[in-house]
Amino acid sequence: MGILVDENTKVIVQGITGREGSFHTKLMLEYRTKVVAGVTPGKGGTTVYGVPVYDTVQDAVKEHPDANTSIIFVPAKTAADAVFEAIDAGLKTVVVITEHIPIHDAMAFVNYAKEKGVTVIGPNCPGIITPGKTKVGIMPASVFSPGPVGIMSRSGTLTYEVSYFLTKAGLGQSTVIGVGGDPITGLTFPEVVQLFEKDPQTKVMVMVGEIGGDAEERVAMMVKEGKIKKPIVAFVAGRTAPEGKRMGHAGAIIMFGTGTYKDKVATMKSAGIRVAITPYEIPKLVKEALEEA
Amino acid sequence: MKLFEYEAKDIIRKYGVETPKGVVVKEGDDVKKAIQDAGLVPPLAVKAQVLVAGRGKAGGIKLVNSVDEAVTVSQQLFKTPIKGIKPSILLIEQAIKHDVELYAGIVLDRSERKPLVLVSKYGGMDLEEVAKEHPEAIIKYYVDPYKGLKSYEARSLGKQLGLSGRQLSSFESFLQALYNAFMDYDAELAESNPLALLPDKVLPLDLRIIIDDNSLFRHSEYAVTEKERLGELTEREIAAREKDLAYVELDGDVGVIGNGAGLTMTTMDLVYEFGMRPANFLDVGGGAEAEHIKDAVEFVMSDPKVKKVFINIFGGITRADEVARGIVMALEELGNKAKPLVVRLTGTNEEQGRDILKKVGITPYSDPLEALQALKNL
Repeated sequence: MGILVDENTKVIVQGITGREGSFHTKLMLEYRTKVVAGVTPGKGGTTVYGVPVYDTVQDAVKEHPDANTSIIFVPAKTAADAVFEAIDAGLKTVVVITEHIPIHDAMAFVNYAKEKGVTVIGPNCPGIITPGKTKVGIMPASVFSPGPVGIMSRSGTLTYEVSYFLTKAGLGQSTVIGVGGDPITGLTFPEVVQLFEKDPQTKVMVMVGEIGGDAEERVAMMVKEGKIKKPIVAFVAGRTAPEGKRMGHAGAIIMFGTGTYKDKVATMKSAGIRVAITPYEIPKLVKEALEEA
Repeated sequence: MKLFEYEAKDIIRKYGVETPKGVVVKEGDDVKKAIQDAGLVPPLAVKAQVLVAGRGKAGGIKLVNSVDEAVTVSQQLFKTPIKGIKPSILLIEQAIKHDVELYAGIVLDRSERKPLVLVSKYGGMDLEEVAKEHPEAIIKYYVDPYKGLKSYEARSLGKQLGLSGRQLSSFESFLQALYNAFMDYDAELAESNPLALLPDKVLPLDLRIIIDDNSLFRHSEYAVTEKERLGELTEREIAAREKDLAYVELDGDVGVIGNGAGLTMTTMDLVYEFGMRPANFLDVGGGAEAEHIKDAVEFVMSDPKVKKVFINIFGGITRADEVARGIVMALEELGNKAKPLVVRLTGTNEEQGRDILKKVGITPYSDPLEALQALKNL
C-alpha cells in the first residue's frame, strides 16, 4: 500500500531534456519507476534514456493513455504553465519539483487543481517515494526501505536525513512525501495525515516541519478532535531562527509573531504528539510509538 | 521585497485612489523649494522612508506647522537613525485632520491558499495588538482568486465597519483598488494602517506593499533599488544576494553551510545544541554546481567574525562530487586565508565526493553528530 503512488503509477516527466530532468529520469528508471513519456517543447520525437519525448503533455497522453502522474522540472518562470498543462491533459497527480515559483502563480494552479480534483505535490519539493515500489521525485533512493512509517516533510534534505536514520534503525517507510517549502503548496500536512490515517501499511507518522505557517498546529488540532488516531512523531526545524528573517524556504518565516517554534511545539505536545528535539531522536520516538500502537 | 511607503502610494494612485498630497525629497535636495513647488500648505507630516517596523513610535514621523520647521526637521531626520537605519529618502505630506482610523489589509492565506482580506475599526495600532485585545474586531474575508474582490463584497465589509453613504462607497473603491494592486504586483501583503476616515471618504495615511521575491522578474523596476532598502538586509546579506546565495547573517562565529533550507536550519539548531553559535545560515539550495559551492565557501570564510566553518550536505538533487569540487576550488582560491573546516557529506555520488576531498587532506564525516563533535574540538 502506501499513499498516492505505487507500482502502477505511470509517470510523464515535464522538462525531461534539461540537466535535472534527464538526470533524475535516469535515477527514477533505475528505481523501476514506470516513466512512460517526457515533454519538452521543441524536442518532440527525441528520446531520453529510451523514454520518448513529446512537444506537449496532450501528445504524450494520446500515445500513453495510461499515464496518470506528472513530475515537473520546468524553470520557475514557466512552471505554472506546465502545471496547468498537466491538469488539463487529465493527469491525476502532479509533482512540482521547481523552486522559486511566484507565489501568486502557485495560488492559481493549486486552486485550479482543487476544482478539477487533481492532487498537486509541491512546489519546491523533493517529490514522493513509496519504497520498493516507485519513486516520483529527486530523493536518493538508498536511504529508504519499505516499512510502517509514513513520513511527511516541508524540507527535502532533512527528509533524507530522517529517512536514513530510520532505515538504519530498521524502521522502513510506507510512503515518504515532501510537501514543499513554499508558503502555498498543493498538499499540506493536514491532508497528508488523513491519507496516512487510512493507509493500512502506515502504523506511525513522522511529521518533519519547520517554523512559519500553521500546518503543524492544524494537525495537532485534528489529533485533539480525534480525527487522527495513529501516533505522530514530529520535529520542527528553525528553533534558533531569528524572527522576520526568511530562512531559505520562502515559507520558513515567522510573521506577525505566528509560526514560532515555541508555539508549534507547545500546541503539538498538548495534543499528545511526540516532539523530537533533534532529528536524530526520531527513530527512538518512532520505536516507542510502534510499541504502544 | 518590502516597498517604501512612497512607492506603495505611487502604485495605489494608478488605481484611482487619492492619497495625501505630498513630495519625495532626498538628502541634499532643496526641501523648501520642493514643498513650495508641490503646493503643500502646513501643517505637514515629515515621514522617514525606512522599512523597519514601528517607524512612528521610533521617531520616524514628525508633524510640523511651518515650511521652515519642515526644513529643519528634514535635516534632523536625515541624520537620525530609525532603529539603526538612517533614512535617505523622506516623504513630506499634507497633514490630514481626522478622528477615526481604520485598518485594511490583504495577505495570502497559507492554509486556504487564497487572498485574505482583513479589516478593522481599530486602525493606527499594530494588527497583532488588535488581535490580542479586540480579536472580534478583526473582520476576515477570503476572496476567490478566480472571481476577484467584487464591489458588493467590498461594500459588505465596509458596512460591517459601520460605514454608510459616501464613506461607504469610497471604502468600497479603495478596497477593490488595494486588492487589484495586491494581485497585479504579486504582493504577499498590501495594507493601509491607518486608513483615515474623513466625513466624505477614506484616505490611506500609510500604505505598505510587500512583493513576493520570486516574482521580482515581473517587477524589475523595484529590484534595482536593492541597496536603498537597508533595514531589511545587512550589508553582507545584500552582498550575498548579488552572488545569488541564500544567506542570513547571525551573530556567532561558526560559519554554517548546508543544502536545503530545512537541513541548514537544523544544522544551525544543532550548532547551538553543541554549545557553539552560528555566524550565518547559508543554504546552497538544490542541485548546486561546484562554482556555486565555491562562492558559498569563499563568502562565509571571508566573514571576519567566522572562526571555523561547518558544511553539512545530504546529496539528493545536489551531487556530493560537485560539492567536493567546489570546496576544493574555494580552498585553493583562498590559500592561507582559508579557515578551519569540518565537512559532513553523504548522499548522491558520495564516494566520488569523498575521494576528491581526501586528495586535499579533508576526511568528510557521514555521521552529522560525529562531525559536530569534531567541529567543537577544533
